[in-house]
Amino acid sequence: MVAAHPGGTGITVPRSVADSRVAARYFAAGLLALGIWWLVYRSLPAYSRWFTFSLLGLAPGNRLSSAVEFFVFDGPKVLLLLTLVVFAVGIVRSFFTPERARRILAGKRESAGNVMASLLGIVTPFCSCSAVPLFIGFVTSGIPLGVTFSFLVSAPMVNEIALALLYGLFGWKIAAIYAGTGLAIAMVSGWMIGRLGMERYVEEWVYAAPARADEGDEGPDLSWRDRVHYGLNAVREIVGKVWPWVLAGIAVGAMIHGYVPENFMAAIMGAGAWWSVPLAVLIGIPMYSNAAGIIPIVQALLGKGAALGTVLAFMMSVIGLSLPEMIILRKVLKVRLIATFAGVVGMGILIVGFLFNILL
Amino acid sequence: MKIAILGTGCSKCKQTMEVVRQAVEQADVSATIQKVEDVQEIMKYRVMMTPAVAVDGQVKISGRVPTVDEVKSLLAPGR
Repeated sequence: MVAAHPGGTGITVPRSVADSRVAARYFAAGLLALGIWWLVYRSLPAYSRWFTFSLLGLAPGNRLSSAVEFFVFDGPKVLLLLTLVVFAVGIVRSFFTPERARRILAGKRESAGNVMASLLGIVTPFCSCSAVPLFIGFVTSGIPLGVTFSFLVSAPMVNEIALALLYGLFGWKIAAIYAGTGLAIAMVSGWMIGRLGMERYVEEWVYAAPARADEGDEGPDLSWRDRVHYGLNAVREIVGKVWPWVLAGIAVGAMIHGYVPENFMAAIMGAGAWWSVPLAVLIGIPMYSNAAGIIPIVQALLGKGAALGTVLAFMMSVIGLSLPEMIILRKVLKVRLIATFAGVVGMGILIVGFLFNILL
Repeated sequence: MKIAILGTGCSKCKQTMEVVRQAVEQADVSATIQKVEDVQEIMKYRVMMTPAVAVDGQVKISGRVPTVDEVKSLLAPGR
């Protein structure tokens, strides 16, 4: 095309051509990176055996070697998965902003709105420190309270870190069960809060805030280059922040794996102990920022006889019900509504926990 | 020029404050930097994600920590 003009200075490349060239280059680089990722991932079992038995010279079958092998296998594996998933989710999220989510939800009726809000909660970038402006932005543009809550429940609970860790440590079935039940809880609890008509327990000034139904501002149009950078930024920010927690969690998990006897947890966290589910939920509420470190520990406990339902309930409570977020929300919600929110979501988690303990 | 940093005091808001201060210093413009931490005040700017940066009442960045260069380009005259 124009670019190949002989003798010309050749800077007159049309934008679309330049864009597709950049896209092709990024695509090639992406494929290469994915190939390397795959090779490293596939060689992990061999590497962890080599590291434990050849390099360190540990004898197979004893506690120490079993703990070490667990750590040098699961550590890199989880970090690799986390990097890939956070990057992929980062790319997806570059297509969504809270403003766009709000526009999509603004015209929705309650039930359909609860479903949409729960799904949007997964793909919209969200940080619990933005919970208040987001809440106000939603309710003042006419989105029903219950629909807003569906979003607020699903956004932290079904997140990429939890899903990557669950997939890496438990396999895709557990990850899918977690995502599915998490979504169900978000939809149903939001719907219930809507049914309860709790609008009067929102602080009065919220509804007095200037109405701003349609701002039309959904952020700039991003190129693929921007989206890749968005994904890389997400990796740097999220993986850079949680990796010590993940490794610490896996180290504790490795100790449990090597040293705690089989079926030790059956009495405390087993399916037979009905009280373990509510206890797991209660313990989980104040634990928030350590979600990345908790899941590897929980995985090791599961291997020692803890029941899946109890474990699921614990993880959901850690990730989905957080004390700091409730304190932040106190600025816009009265205590009664916060208590209802925690109660309804907590009930949902309990039901999921009991259900899985009975079914499996 | 008036720059407002909107945020309820999370760590990203503090980073944003630092970035803006550096940008103002490097760009060598006269600007007042104001921190807005009260939620009701923040909502007057109509943002949905914090931290946010507003220049002369106009929100320019929201939901992330900007880079120094980005803020400098906001401060450049003629924008």
